[in-house]
Amino acid sequence: MPDYLVQFNNISKFFGKVIALKDVTMKLRKGEIMCLLGDNGAGKSTLIKTLAGVHKPDEGEIIVDGQKITFDSPKDALDIGIATVYQDLALVSLMSVTRNFFMGREPMKGPPFFKTFDIEKANKIAAERMGQIGIDVRDPSQAVGTMSGGERQCLAISRAIYFGAKVLILDEPTSALGVHQASVVLKYIVKAASQGLAVILITHNVHHAYPVGNSFTVLNRGKSLGTYEKKDITREKLLSMMAGGEELDKLEVELKEMNRLSAQ
Amino acid sequence: MSTKSKSINTKTDSNHDERLKKVSKLKLLLNRPELGALGGAILVFIFFGIVAGDTGMFSAYGMLNFLDVSANLGIIAIAAAMLMIGGEFDLSIGSMIGFAGICIAIPAIYWGWPLWMSIVFAFSMAVLVGYFNGILVVKTGLPSFIVTLAMLFILRGATLALTRLITGRTQVPGLRVLIENDPVAWIFATDTFKWLFTWLGSMKLIALRTDGTPLATGIPPSVIWFIFLAIVTTWILMKTRYGNWIFASGGDKIGANNVGVPVGRVKISLFIGTAVAATIFATIQVLDAGSADTMRGTLKELEAIAAAVVGGCLLTGGYGSAIGAAFGAIIFGTVSMGIFYTDVDTDWFKVFLGAMMLIAVIFNNYIRRKVTESK
Repeated sequence: MPDYLVQFNNISKFFGKVIALKDVTMKLRKGEIMCLLGDNGAGKSTLIKTLAGVHKPDEGEIIVDGQKITFDSPKDALDIGIATVYQDLALVSLMSVTRNFFMGREPMKGPPFFKTFDIEKANKIAAERMGQIGIDVRDPSQAVGTMSGGERQCLAISRAIYFGAKVLILDEPTSALGVHQASVVLKYIVKAASQGLAVILITHNVHHAYPVGNSFTVLNRGKSLGTYEKKDITREKLLSMMAGGEELDKLEVELKEMNRLSAQ
Repeated sequence: MSTKSKSINTKTDSNHDERLKKVSKLKLLLNRPELGALGGAILVFIFFGIVAGDTGMFSAYGMLNFLDVSANLGIIAIAAAMLMIGGEFDLSIGSMIGFAGICIAIPAIYWGWPLWMSIVFAFSMAVLVGYFNGILVVKTGLPSFIVTLAMLFILRGATLALTRLITGRTQVPGLRVLIENDPVAWIFATDTFKWLFTWLGSMKLIALRTDGTPLATGIPPSVIWFIFLAIVTTWILMKTRYGNWIFASGGDKIGANNVGVPVGRVKISLFIGTAVAATIFATIQVLDAGSADTMRGTLKELEAIAAAVVGGCLLTGGYGSAIGAAFGAIIFGTVSMGIFYTDVDTDWFKVFLGAMMLIAVIFNNYIRRKVTESK
């Protein structure tokens, strides 16, 4: 199926006797946002790390652009264009916007052996990139610590895109943000997808995921409960699947019973 | 990835952003980590200028004296600062000084090696010790405080034990005669700008000995090394990729690792840096004194860290400056020598050192909050 940019087929990961992931399948087209939903302990972190090349899957295959691929390290994944923005964002708050943007991949100038970090060029690109997403970086040499949470998230995403990401994996990008900040970040994610990236958005917040996602995969206790196109599923259904709907239903019955007893 | 630029709130030419006008030069300067140390150094000079201006402290001889002390401390303080920015400590600097001295003296005096070979040997040992410190910290993930504290005892003990085993004593004299005609020793043992001092002496502008030669004969090698290292390390921190990696490794090692910074290699190289700086310090002192002493450099690691902290380094890493540590060393060096020119009892120096450090830490903490606080 060449129309998929990236496919993760039947991925399984075991840690000793613990089955962390079992037969998880996800397929993404260009420009698509897939939301990976799951409660705490559902295996989201393990799945991200497997997709990002930190863990090697014990079963299953990863297919990028129609070719089967194995990763030995996060760098391999990155080279192929699978970039992960973790919750900690890999930003150093004491360092400037520019120095963070180019951390580990600094543009250089000058003759061999005397190559220096081309800070002017870096400043210019960083300010330009942040400007494109509507973030007002008055001074790219200001410390990242002075930026808001949403701005930091956008900086991390923008950096991944600048360095050639084709598939963007975002780990809980909105979990630490207020409503306004979260909407800024979500808007930016949609924009990134519209430019041809495939985005995997990991979250436990259905209200953030539902408006932006094209498809939804729900993870529960290491297994996929299936992938649904947006037209095939409602927000409420997703919510109840995620929380383990039956358990909540049971709780509701129990509560009713308690109320009835205490009313007597 | 081609992206259209739309809704740009900020002008892309960072040099001409109209909102930048409001940030004055002064405020930019206030954000520099070395500002406190620079101010402190100026205050110290003003203070001694008033209190001891007429005592000879600021004669050519007096100035070279306190510059020499400052420079010696500065050489290790700069390396300690680089390591602190990289997020680690090295408490074995002082012991490394003693160890390096012995590594020069014993082969040269007892085994008949040429002096240059002993010096090369000492530097090789420094690289080994630094590498060992670094690899231990990086591989075990233990705090460098503990690892290098262990190394502090191991190195000092080994220095004492080996020296007594080989020589039967704790000092190794007799190096002075070996310095002449040695192809390497001059790098650590030559006073420079002698012609300038001879000329100044002949013009009767500086104090002379009774035989007519000037009292101050030239700039000591420590000062040249100090200035050289201050310039090179500042250049590395501000202008090179490796410099950016040092800040990143100290600021957030996991984050830095995730974006491809070789954090382990950076840290190991910085540990090698402190050990090599300790060896530069040792070589200069051993050649100057003509003898090696097993106890040389005791407590120097703490002075180096104090100077780095006064120079604006945060104890948590990721922030600081090499030039700041240099100013910190100048403050300590100037006060430790200047105190002799005043009526103050020299016992008070340590009190000053401690107080200075406390003030610096409080000041740095405030700066860090200012730098990292959200809008």
